[in-house]
Formats: sequence, structure tokens, C-alpha cells
Amino acid sequence: MTTLLQTQNLSAFYGDFQALFDINATVAEGETVAIIGANGAGKTTFLRAVAGALVTPPETVLFDGRPIGGKASHEIVRLGIAMVPEGRRLFPSLSVEENLQLGSHSERRGPWTLKRVYELFPRLYDLRHLPAPSLSGGQQQMAAVGRGLMSNPRLLLCDELSLGLAPVIIRDIYKCLSAITAEGTTVMLVEQDINRALDASARFYCFQEGRLALSAPTRGFDRTAITAAYFGL
Amino acid sequence: MMNWLNILIQGSLLGGFYALFAIGLSMSFGIMRLVNIAHGDLIVLSAYVALVVTENTGLDPFESLIIVVPVMFVLGYALQRGLLNQTLSGGLLPPLLVTFGISIIIQNGLLQSFGAYDHRLKEGAIETSSLHLPGGIDIGVYPLLVFVVAILAIAGLQLLFYRTRLGRAFRAVSDDADTAELMGIDNRKLYALALGIAMIFTAIAGVLFGIRTIFAPLAGPIRLILAFEAVIIGGLGNMWGTLIGGIVLGVAQAVGAAIDPNWQILAGHLAFLAILIIRPSGLFPRTRE
Repeated sequence: MTTLLQTQNLSAFYGDFQALFDINATVAEGETVAIIGANGAGKTTFLRAVAGALVTPPETVLFDGRPIGGKASHEIVRLGIAMVPEGRRLFPSLSVEENLQLGSHSERRGPWTLKRVYELFPRLYDLRHLPAPSLSGGQQQMAAVGRGLMSNPRLLLCDELSLGLAPVIIRDIYKCLSAITAEGTTVMLVEQDINRALDASARFYCFQEGRLALSAPTRGFDRTAITAAYFGL
Repeated sequence: MMNWLNILIQGSLLGGFYALFAIGLSMSFGIMRLVNIAHGDLIVLSAYVALVVTENTGLDPFESLIIVVPVMFVLGYALQRGLLNQTLSGGLLPPLLVTFGISIIIQNGLLQSFGAYDHRLKEGAIETSSLHLPGGIDIGVYPLLVFVVAILAIAGLQLLFYRTRLGRAFRAVSDDADTAELMGIDNRKLYALALGIAMIFTAIAGVLFGIRTIFAPLAGPIRLILAFEAVIIGGLGNMWGTLIGGIVLGVAQAVGAAIDPNWQILAGHLAFLAILIIRPSGLFPRTRE
């Protein structure tokens, strides 16, 4: 498998506060990787650094072998990294369909079109003309995932897909994730819900206070060791 | 009775004029939260550009728009791209100060180049011709034209906002600029386009203003106040609201003038203050989740 994303000693700051310390992580093409960790462990910061929302030195983030650290977010979308942000962040004054169309602003070609997104989330088709805020939390999350897919990313970053959703809805959304990876899309999941994240992924990284505490394949891994890394016991 | 109807009509037509002043301001605030203090001066600058064009080419003021509009578009694009984009991350104050500085530069630049004299753009017979309605009401053809232009301008902008890819991006950036950037929108380029488009309407407003009244280098700030009042009365971010805001202002001024000619301007400001007290967010604020 070829490496799609690689971070080399990636550190990130909010002003004087250092949120990430020398993170070395890799994601192979076609893989699904989970990032787990407690609140404030730096998971979201990591995704935001990869997506270009935080400025980092060029060589600290390599995408497809090319340095992309410090590039603007909109350029990174064009290269093939899409973000499904925490809390959905749909555009409230746009309809559901307009939100999806906005996802294709970068005009990257690929398998995902409006039609394909509606096939993946049939409920959205019926709701397509409604303003985004009138949807339920689960429907909004589907729209947010759909919006991310519309840029036909090679790497999809999903931040807290399960946040604030009912378990039955979470199950539905994760079911759709396998349809997404079946297209060859590489997925990086950030989750507080450890079990959900581990079930959906082949490998995981566990963050703790901005540092990498543990990294391993998911299958057969002793979950008590994860708990230790998670809480720093 | 007919007298009051007349006042209402004349005031509304005047309101179309104020709405036209306000469109550029409303747009730049709506999309990039830019309070453009130089807006009034840019209207006056447009009139001067038209003056130069008409004096050097033999085009009449309407025809001069072929040149004035692209010039102002490019100026707006460059201003945002080269200068104002640099001020947007630091809160409300930096753009306020920078546009205040631009306002002073434009005023003094015009004083240097054209002197403090009054100028006018001459369009000919249309300025004075009028339609006679039954009941002794006369409607000036020119104010009616300005009113129609204001409506067409706002309708055109609504089409842009709700029917095009660019308009969708404008609304998304207005909602949440950070997320828009994450979705692949180049905010800085989009802001530059937004001010460029806003300046198209500023150019039209400036030329129509220059035909209607005399103008001088320091005429900008009063246009800015009228534009601000129209935007605030109508509700921030609502283009049709801006038209209504302009009409409220125009009618209030017409009523004031009917009572005593000295009261015209004051009456407009009083109506603005009254609405600010009763409905601080304007008559038709854009609802936001």
C-alpha cells in the first residue's frame, strides 16, 4: 500500500499554547484510520492542521509525497482532502442541496455527484429544498458527509461524526462509511466513542495531551491497554 | 389628500435614490462584515470619473457608464485584494480605520485635482421632463428612472445570490467564512470579487447622483450617512429591506419638507432614530439560525 498522508514531527499552536507535540502518523491509500483520545487531546487540532486551517511548516505534512503544510485550506481541498467538521457546520442560509453543491466548489472530478450522494443518503433527496437548519441532527450529519464527498476527496477527514446523535442514527451513518471506503476513499475518523471508531477502522492512533500515546492495528488489540493510553494511567 | 399622495410618491422616488446609494454598502457588509466608511466618497469619485470621461470622449453621462463601471469594478477588486483583505482578521476596528483613511485620501485627492468647485453631469432633456398624472400629480421622468434602476439592481443582485454558483459561495462565506474556506472557497478572492461587484452599483449610483445634483469633493460623507440609514432601517443583510429603508427615509424627508423646507434632512434622521429605538435590528432583519 502506498502512503497517502504522512506527518513528520507535526506540532501545532494556538497562539502561545502548544496543542500538538511532534506527531508522526501515516495513512495508507484506501485505509480507514481512527484517532481516539479524551477531550482536549489534540484530535481536532490534528485534523485542522492536515486540512490547512492551522499554519504549519511545509515539510511537517506530506500528502501523496508532496509537502502541503502551510497551504491554504481551499488549495488543500483542490488537492483532495475534504473535511467533515465537528458539529456539522452546514451553511444555515443555504438549502440542503445548495450545501451539497457548495462541497463541489473545487470542481474535482470523481465518482461523487449529487445523484450518488442522494443514493447514499436517500432521505436527503426528499429534504433537498429545505434550509439546512430545519433538518434533524442525524440528517444534518448526512448532509455534512455528503458535502465533504462532493469534492471527491482522496482523503476524507471526519470529526466526531457521532457527536450528539442517537445510537441508531450513528449506526446508520457508520454503515454508509463502508460504501464510501468501497469507492477507494481513504478515511480518517476522529471519535470520542472508542468502540464505534475501532469497529470502523483497521488502525488507530490514540492521542493524549497533544502527544501520540499509542498506535496499533485495531484487530485483536487489548482494549484495556487503550483505556490506559486514553486516560494516561 | 392629493397633496399627501403626492408627497408619498415623490418621497418614494427619492427613496429609490437612497436605496441605490446603499446597495454597495449593504453588500460589502453582508458578505465580509466590512463597514466601508469610504463608501460615500467612492460614490462621489464615480461621479468625477464620469465627469472626466464625458469631458474627454463626447460620451453623455449614461454612456460613460461603459467606462466608469469597469474602472470602479477594478478599483474595488484591487482595493479589497491589496489592502482590505489584510484588515479583516483583526476584528471590526482595522477595516473601519483603513476605510476612514481611504475616505480622507479620496476627498483630498479630488480637491487637489478638481478644486472645491461644484460640478454637474449634464444629461439633457430627461433631467427636467415629467409625466402628468390625473389629480395634478407630476412625476419626474428622471426620479422614476432612478427608482426603476434601483429595483432592477436589487432584483439582479437577488438573482446573482440565489441562482448562481458565485452567489451560493457569497452566501456561504457570509454564513461561516472558516467553513467555506474548508470547503474549497478562496475567501480572499471572493471578497475581492464582492467589493468589485458592489462597486458596479456604486458607480451607477455615482453617475445618477451626478446628473441629479451638483457635487463637490466633500459630498461623500452625507451620501454615506443616507446609505447607512437606508441599510439599518431595512435590516442588515436584506437587499429588499434596503429598498424599503430608502423609501422610508425618502418619504420622511418629503413629509418634513412639506411641513417646512428646512426640516427635510432632519426629518429623515428623526425617522431613522425612531426606527432605531423601536426596532433596533431594522424592519426586516435577515433571520439567522
